[in-house]
Amino acid sequence: MIEVLVEERCVECNLCVKVCPLNVFEKRENQPPVIARQSDCQTCYMCELYCPAKALYVAADAEDTVDVSADEIIETGLIGSYRKDIGWGKGYKSTASQDTAYKFYLK
Amino acid sequence: MSLEFDHSYKLANQNYDVSLKADVLVIGGGPAGTWAALTATENGASVILVDKGYCGSSGATAPSGNGVWYIPEDQRGEAMKSREALGGYLSERKWMERVLQRTFENVNRLDEWGYPFPIDEHGVKHKRSLQGPEYMRLMRRKLNKAKIKILDHSPALELLYDGYGIAGAAGVQTQENNQTWAVQANSIVIASGGCAFLSKALGCNVLTGDGYLFASEAGADLSGMEFSNAYAITPKYSSITKTAFYEWASFTYEDGSIIEGAGSKRGRSVIAKKLSEGQKVFAQLDKAQNDHDLQKYMRIAQPNFFLQFDRMGINPFEDRFEVTLRFEGTVRGTGGIRITDETCATSVPGLFAAGDAATRELICGGFTGGGSYNAAWAISSGYWSGEAAAKYALTYNRNNHDRTLTRKQVVGINEHHTPGETLGGNELTKLVQAEVTPYNVNLFRAEEKLTSSLLTLNNLWKEAKSHLGEKDSDLVRVRESAAMLATSRWMYSAALQRTETRGMHKRLDFPKTDDHQQRRLITSGLDEIQVNWDSHSLVNI
Ligand SMILES: Cc1cc2nc3c(=O)[nH]c(=O)nc-3n(C[C@H](O)[C@H](O)[C@H](O)COP(=O)(O)OP(=O)(O)OC[C@H]3O[C@@H](n4cnc5c(N)ncnc54)[C@H](O)[C@@H]3O)c2cc1C
Ligand code: SF4
Ligand code: SF4
Repeated sequence: MIEVLVEERCVECNLCVKVCPLNVFEKRENQPPVIARQSDCQTCYMCELYCPAKALYVAADAEDTVDVSADEIIETGLIGSYRKDIGWGKGYKSTASQDTAYKFYLK
Repeated sequence: MSLEFDHSYKLANQNYDVSLKADVLVIGGGPAGTWAALTATENGASVILVDKGYCGSSGATAPSGNGVWYIPEDQRGEAMKSREALGGYLSERKWMERVLQRTFENVNRLDEWGYPFPIDEHGVKHKRSLQGPEYMRLMRRKLNKAKIKILDHSPALELLYDGYGIAGAAGVQTQENNQTWAVQANSIVIASGGCAFLSKALGCNVLTGDGYLFASEAGADLSGMEFSNAYAITPKYSSITKTAFYEWASFTYEDGSIIEGAGSKRGRSVIAKKLSEGQKVFAQLDKAQNDHDLQKYMRIAQPNFFLQFDRMGINPFEDRFEVTLRFEGTVRGTGGIRITDETCATSVPGLFAAGDAATRELICGGFTGGGSYNAAWAISSGYWSGEAAAKYALTYNRNNHDRTLTRKQVVGINEHHTPGETLGGNELTKLVQAEVTPYNVNLFRAEEKLTSSLLTLNNLWKEAKSHLGEKDSDLVRVRESAAMLATSRWMYSAALQRTETRGMHKRLDFPKTDDHQQRRLITSGLDEIQVNWDSHSLVNI
C-alpha cells in the first residue's frame, strides 16, 4: 500500500492525484496532496512511477499498513526507485527499449 | 433526506451536472477501450471515453505489461494449434487467424507511433512484449492527439435508452464530489475489463464486472462464464500477480521439503490444495540461482516483479518466501459478454464489447492463464468494435431527432431508501467475496458446494434488489457490488451446467471431458438466470 508522501520533496504537481486509479489521494490548495483513502490502495505502484519528485513510496504489502521510516527509504534510495527501474524522467531512457522478454519467448 | 444520498437520487431522477454528446461512447480506457476510441475516430466518429480510474494507468495492463500474440505469418499455424487443447477446443481457427493478423498490424502501428521496442545484438526488433506503463501512456497520447474527449475518474454506473434502444450512459465523477454526468451516444463500446472481485490482484481493483452488468441490464447475454476462476501465484500479501518466473521456482513446505507436483502452471492446483488444508507454501526461484545473465534479463523484463522483493528485503533466488494464490476471476479467465459477429457486436443493437469485457473463448476457449492472447484480443476486438461502432453511429445517426434519454430501474440506484435497512456496497462485496474466493468452492468445483453457494448468492440478489443502496456516498461501491454479485451468479450457474472438466473449469465430481459438451454455454438474465448450450457446434472447426 501507499505508505509515504514526503512533503518536503513534493512539487505539488498533483500527478499522483490524477493517475491513481483508485482515487486514494486528495488534492489541497497550495499544499501537497494527502493520502486520504489508504485502504482503497491496490498497490499498483503507478503513483510512485509518475511522481517526478521521488516523493512517494508504495510498500509491497497490499493488505495491511506497515511501518516505514521515511529517512530509511530515502537513505537506501528505495523511495521512487520504480521510476528509475522503468527509466522515466529527465536523464533516463525508458527501459522498454532494453526489454529482454524476447529472450524468454524465443527460448 | 440527508445529503449523502444525493448521487443516487440525482441519477434516479436524471438530474445530471454534466451532459455531453458524441457519436460513440467508450466505457473503459485500457487497451481495448483506447484501441476502440482511436479506431472509431479514424472512421469519422466523434468519441467520448470514460474511465473509472485514469486512462493510461488504470486496468490490468497498465501496471503489469503484456506479452503479445505477435506472430509472423509462417509460424501462426503452430501458434494456433498450441492453444486449442488447453482451451478445451472451444476456440475457432477463423477467429484466431483474424486476431493474429489484426494484432500483427496494430502492433506494427505501435512501432510506427514510437513505442520503443527493443533491438537485439543482431539488429532484430522484438515486438512480443509491451511494458504496461509505456504502452498505456502512448495510447493516451494518441487519444489526446486525436482530440478524443476523455473523462477520467468518471465511472459509468448505468446505460441510458431512448425510443430506439441504447442511447448513452450515466455515472459520477469521483474527483468532483461525485457530480453526475450523462453522455448521449449513438453506439457504445463496453471495454470495462473483467471481474477480479476486488482481490487486489495487480491493477485489478477497478475491474468489478460493471460492463457485464450494464450489458445484461440492456438485454445482452454472456458466454463462457464458467471459465472465470483464475488464481495467480503471488508472494503472500503482495499484489504482483505476475507468474511467468515461477517456472524457475521450487515449492516447499515450511520445513523446506519439496511439495511434490507443485508448479506454476499445471501444479497450481497442488498449491491451492495445500493452502486450503491450512499449510504454508514457500517458493524460491532456485532454478535460476546460478545463472546471473538470466537474473539480469528477468529484472529488466519485469521490473515490478523484483520491486516487490526489493521492498520486502527478499532475494527470490536465494531466499524462500511464503506464497499464496490471489483470485483473478475472469481477468485471466475467458468468459464475458457474448459476441454475435465479426464486428464484436453484442445481441443488443448498437452495443459492442471488447477486451476482457467480451468473451475470449473465440480465441482461447476455456483457458488463458498467462500470456499474450488476452492482449491480442484487447487490441483486435478494440479495433473491430471501434470501427463498427463508428459505422453504426454514422449510419443510424439520431442526433437530428429529439431524443429523450430514459433509464431502466437497476439494482442499487434508488430514489428512495430506508436508511436503517440499507445494505451497503462494502458489506455486499464481502458477502460475495466469501462465496467466490475459496479454492474449495471455486477452483475445486463440485455440485454440492456450488449449489449451496449459488443459493446464498441468489438470496443476496433478492436482498440487494430491495435493500442495496448508497451509504456514505459509496454509490460506485454499490454498483460494483451489484456487478460482482451478478457475475458470481452467472459464474456458478454456468459452472453447475457444465458437468465435465474442460479448460480451467474443473469439476471434482466430473473429472473427465465429455465430448457432447464441446459447446459454449450462454448465460442470460438477472433475476432469473438462464444457461443454455450454444447451438453452434465446435466439433471439427
Ligand atoms: C498481472 C497480470 C498480468 C497479465 N499479463 C498478461 C500478458 O502477459 N499477456 C496478455 O495477453 N495478457 C495479460 N494479462 C491480461 C491483460 O492485462 C488483459 O487481458 C487486458 O488488460 C485487457 O484489456 P481491457 O482493455 O479489456 O481491460 P483493462 O486493461 O483491465 O481496462 C479496463 C478499464 O476499464 C475501466 N473501467 C472499469 N469499470 C468501468 C466503469 N464502470 N466505467 C468506466 N470505466 C471502467 C478501468 O478503470 C480500466 O481502465 C495480464 C493480467 C494481469 C492481471
Ligand atoms: S506526484 Fe509527487 S510531486 Fe506530484 S503532487 Fe504527488 S507526491 Fe507531489
Ligand atoms: S499504488 Fe496504485 S492504488 Fe495505491 S495509491 Fe498508488 S496509484 Fe493509487
